[in-house]
Amino acid sequence: MAWFKRVTPSIRTTDKRDTPEGLWAKCDSCGAMLHKKQLEDNLFTCPQCAHHFRIAPYKYFSLLFDEGECTEFDQNLRAADPLSFTDTKHYPDRVHDTIEKSGKTEAVRNAYGKCEGADLVVSAMDFGFIGGSMGSVVGEKIARAADRAIQLDAPLLVISQSGGARMMEGAFSLMQMAKTAARLTRLGEKKLPFISLMTDPTMGGISASFAMLGDLNISEPKALIGFAGPRVIRDTIKRDLPEGFQRAEFLLEHGFVDMIVHRKELKQRLAKTLAMMRVEV
Amino acid sequence: MATKVVLDFEKPLVELEAKLGEMRHCLRSSSREQAPNEAEALQNEIGTLEKKVEALRQSIYKNLTRWQKVQLARHPERPYTLDYIYMITCDFVELAGDRHFSDDKAIVGGFARIEDRVSGFSQPVMVIGHQKGRDTKSNLYRNFGMAQPEGYRKALRLMKLAEKFRKPIITLIDTPGAFPGIEAEERGQAEAIARNLYEMAKLTVPVICVIIGEGASGGAIGLGVGDRILMAENSWYSVISPESCSSILWRSWNYKEQAAEALQLTAPDLLSQGIIDRIVPEPMGGAHTAPEAMAGTLKGILIEELSALLPLSSEELVNSRIEKFSSMGVWNEEG
Repeated sequence: MAWFKRVTPSIRTTDKRDTPEGLWAKCDSCGAMLHKKQLEDNLFTCPQCAHHFRIAPYKYFSLLFDEGECTEFDQNLRAADPLSFTDTKHYPDRVHDTIEKSGKTEAVRNAYGKCEGADLVVSAMDFGFIGGSMGSVVGEKIARAADRAIQLDAPLLVISQSGGARMMEGAFSLMQMAKTAARLTRLGEKKLPFISLMTDPTMGGISASFAMLGDLNISEPKALIGFAGPRVIRDTIKRDLPEGFQRAEFLLEHGFVDMIVHRKELKQRLAKTLAMMRVEV
Repeated sequence: MATKVVLDFEKPLVELEAKLGEMRHCLRSSSREQAPNEAEALQNEIGTLEKKVEALRQSIYKNLTRWQKVQLARHPERPYTLDYIYMITCDFVELAGDRHFSDDKAIVGGFARIEDRVSGFSQPVMVIGHQKGRDTKSNLYRNFGMAQPEGYRKALRLMKLAEKFRKPIITLIDTPGAFPGIEAEERGQAEAIARNLYEMAKLTVPVICVIIGEGASGGAIGLGVGDRILMAENSWYSVISPESCSSILWRSWNYKEQAAEALQLTAPDLLSQGIIDRIVPEPMGGAHTAPEAMAGTLKGILIEELSALLPLSSEELVNSRIEKFSSMGVWNEEG
């Protein structure tokens, strides 16, 4: 019998919006034509060149949790509009349209369940929701995920996939950097592992807050990870950027991630490592 | 104090003041030869103009738009971190280096003493802040106040030093952003800022952060986690600069005024958002028009805030600091 019952039928495995349409997909990296089934079997990585397609939170949930079973929590948080922000569009309209179009509610989803038999809390970001940007909801959900991990006495895994902070919430978005970092100190106090998985992209206010604070920093191959965007850097220093700049391999080389893990090995590597990080009482 | 740099919106005032100056000069140099009634007429006219100048001054500086405040925050004569340190503290001992790579000149810091003879207040503190330059040469030296990862690591080293010796920490924030460069990325700009956020949340001594000029995004909050967050009246603090916001959301550099309005990045905005605790009032026309007076105001406020924080226990400080930042954010929760 499973330890946790699924309270809500929240993991919609029928949502295919993040996967390439049609039966065949072309690898963005090597151009190989891949059958959808083949792609799915490979957890949306290219069997030829190991390119990792960007995938949505529920796919991470189904690949990390035993039998894909988990309980989603804090699904009811929605973006407010504290600044009545308008650029070319009203912010509430932008949020509303994104929800309508994508079926997603925000740029992060929280769930807990078993990973190789051990409790795990996962917060997974979603680039498909306003570039995965962090506003108040994302900050609050990640903070609550840390609380949930403490409550369950379980490790926390945050999967980053974001362009940075959300401009439409101004300084509130900036404060989420401090908020998430501050709340993670609570997890550290309890000696519960915090694992950061950086996927493509992990930039700006995300990398400069929780994403770089993992007890272990893991990355998917070739993920773009950095503080400033490549275009901003190029415009500032007025010279070309080196090959592979700000890619996962570059960060490994410079000492900012512990390992680059292929998605197919993620669960096993994670579970094995976490088992050794447990504080024996 | 007469300023050399005039912002666009200050021009009408400066022109009127020049006219007033001319009339005064005229009165002084010609009063002996002129008939008394003519001098009197001139005197009256000067009086009228003086009132007009004052009214114009009030109407300009009391109704500054957000973009105008951003311009004041960037005013090249505005007092910077070291100016405040020398005006507010004594016995400043500057410390250098992050003990890993180098000494970043865009962030300065060290031990200093805040003293008030009248009240007898005397407290050693660790003061740390972004440092901008005044001219091309010093700006190159200070990298325009844009720190490298070493700057944030130096700041953290000094904060840990303060914690070890139980001294409160004051950070002065004034940066157009953390430096975006190849080396900065190689040495982990993101990690350096993230580490500061995490460690500052846990510091067991009082931390007061003051935004004295520009508070641009991650580069600012990297020194910005404290028990009390203060903001100079004409400073700005947000997730992005109005220019960059304009270029991303409007896909053009020309919407910076609108972006500044939309971002609500001024001190009164942030006070009403509950993100800062207090505004440090500036002299009419901006901090640069009377730096000594401005420093005096800030010193008084710092002494007040320090006096309130110093009696608190380490546990109280850390808990309420984490609570403070935890409560930031606005969202809707359905069902």
